[in-house]
Amino acid sequence: MKKIKYSEITPEKIYKKRRDFVKKLGLSAGSMFIGQNLINPAFASNDNLENKITEYRYITTYNNYYEFGTKKNDPVEKSQNFKTKPWNITIDGEVKKKITLTAEEIKNIFPIEERIYKLRCVEGWSMIIPWLGFSLSKLLEKAAPTSKAKFVKFTSIYDPEQMPGQRYPILKWPYIEGLRIDEAMHPLTTLVTGLYGKELPNQNGAPLRLIVPWKYGFKSTKVIVNIKLVEKMPTSSWMRASPKEYGFYSNVNPRVDHPRWSQASERVIGSGIISERIPTTMFNGYGDEVAHLYSEMDLKKNF
Amino acid sequence: MIKYFKVIVFILCLWPLAAISLNIYFDELGPEPIKKIMHHFGEWTLIFICLTLAMSPLKRFTPFNFWTKFRRMLGLYVFFYATVHLLIYVGLDYRFDWDPILNDVLKKKYIYIGFSAWLLLIPLAATSSQKMIKLLKHNWKKIHKLIYVIAVFGSLHYIWLSKTIFFKPLIYSLIILVLLALRIRIKKKDINYG
Repeated sequence: MKKIKYSEITPEKIYKKRRDFVKKLGLSAGSMFIGQNLINPAFASNDNLENKITEYRYITTYNNYYEFGTKKNDPVEKSQNFKTKPWNITIDGEVKKKITLTAEEIKNIFPIEERIYKLRCVEGWSMIIPWLGFSLSKLLEKAAPTSKAKFVKFTSIYDPEQMPGQRYPILKWPYIEGLRIDEAMHPLTTLVTGLYGKELPNQNGAPLRLIVPWKYGFKSTKVIVNIKLVEKMPTSSWMRASPKEYGFYSNVNPRVDHPRWSQASERVIGSGIISERIPTTMFNGYGDEVAHLYSEMDLKKNF
Repeated sequence: MIKYFKVIVFILCLWPLAAISLNIYFDELGPEPIKKIMHHFGEWTLIFICLTLAMSPLKRFTPFNFWTKFRRMLGLYVFFYATVHLLIYVGLDYRFDWDPILNDVLKKKYIYIGFSAWLLLIPLAATSSQKMIKLLKHNWKKIHKLIYVIAVFGSLHYIWLSKTIFFKPLIYSLIILVLLALRIRIKKKDINYG
């Protein structure tokens, strides 16, 4: 399978035009499904990629978002009244200029692009999702990280009144994730503000979430309220819960199995009962862009 | 009378098969249909394990005696649904691609404990007939105590495959633990009075 290239990202207008075109052709979900099986499954061109985008209803009803519960349909059912306005996000720690912005300000300051990325969950499934957002590096640069900033720690909101899952010790709340500074500054690392040309639905982590397409989905943290630049490697919620199973890096890697799940293959969401698993690719197919970040590292040890 | 009840219970026990067939027919399985079908049968296997284990405590704690008459049928349904569950994993999910399956069985603890539980069910299903009970005499009871081990393996299978124990894996494990604990008491009393 050819990877989805960063350069192949479809601008929003063209994407919408194509959507209309597809609609005019009268392609329903059913015929797209048949099409997928007849056409070479490789992403030969952007047009094929377009056909492969996961349906909106699946992206917005099949979520791992334990703040709202551990079932896949909990987030869509329990997050609809979650308040995302007003929303402040603070960038602090090892920075020359600590900043606080509202989610609205962020959407206005930074040019929003459409970015179609593959999301690979550690549970062994994948979706292709047209996000709206921009490179996180642009936001971090505004805060001017100091030379001590070696890692970035992301903190999600803690609000058990609104988030029923946080009333139970499923994980240590609030949800914490982290990246190395070069990973955080990589252009593929995206601060997401929307989905499918629309506002980000609550169940997908509104108002602000991260997408790190070459890592397992849980690294792409949701409902961010604080981004702290730090000197030492932060301990993420999943590392704390089960250090043998979840490493700091968590790069998509078919050769390193999760202790419980094989990572060699994945199910494509929405592809039906008939279609087979597809092989998982190194760095989720983004190796050309990101492999150099890990050239000195043993990725079996640093999983 | 009990004969008719048995027929009714037999048909009721086919419900999980009917329910998922309807789901498939009406395309209601959502984004990961194979996983859903697999988990459906896995969960029903656990439910039937609980039902099978519940019969003798029910006999003990209710005024009715008929409970244990259904035990064999329920036990055979455990084997049936466990087999369907396994076949879906091997056939539908992995398309009989033996390399990754073998890798899973050897390396993934939730798979090998689940697979072990299924292996242990085979002698129970094979010796479930009246003939076998007569043939094996007191050994039959010993063999069929394996269901306790199978129940524990089944709940561990569920716990280990889940990202967290909350909540369903925990609930099933607690039910199974209670059902097993009730037996310890029964046994002690038997000894006291015997």
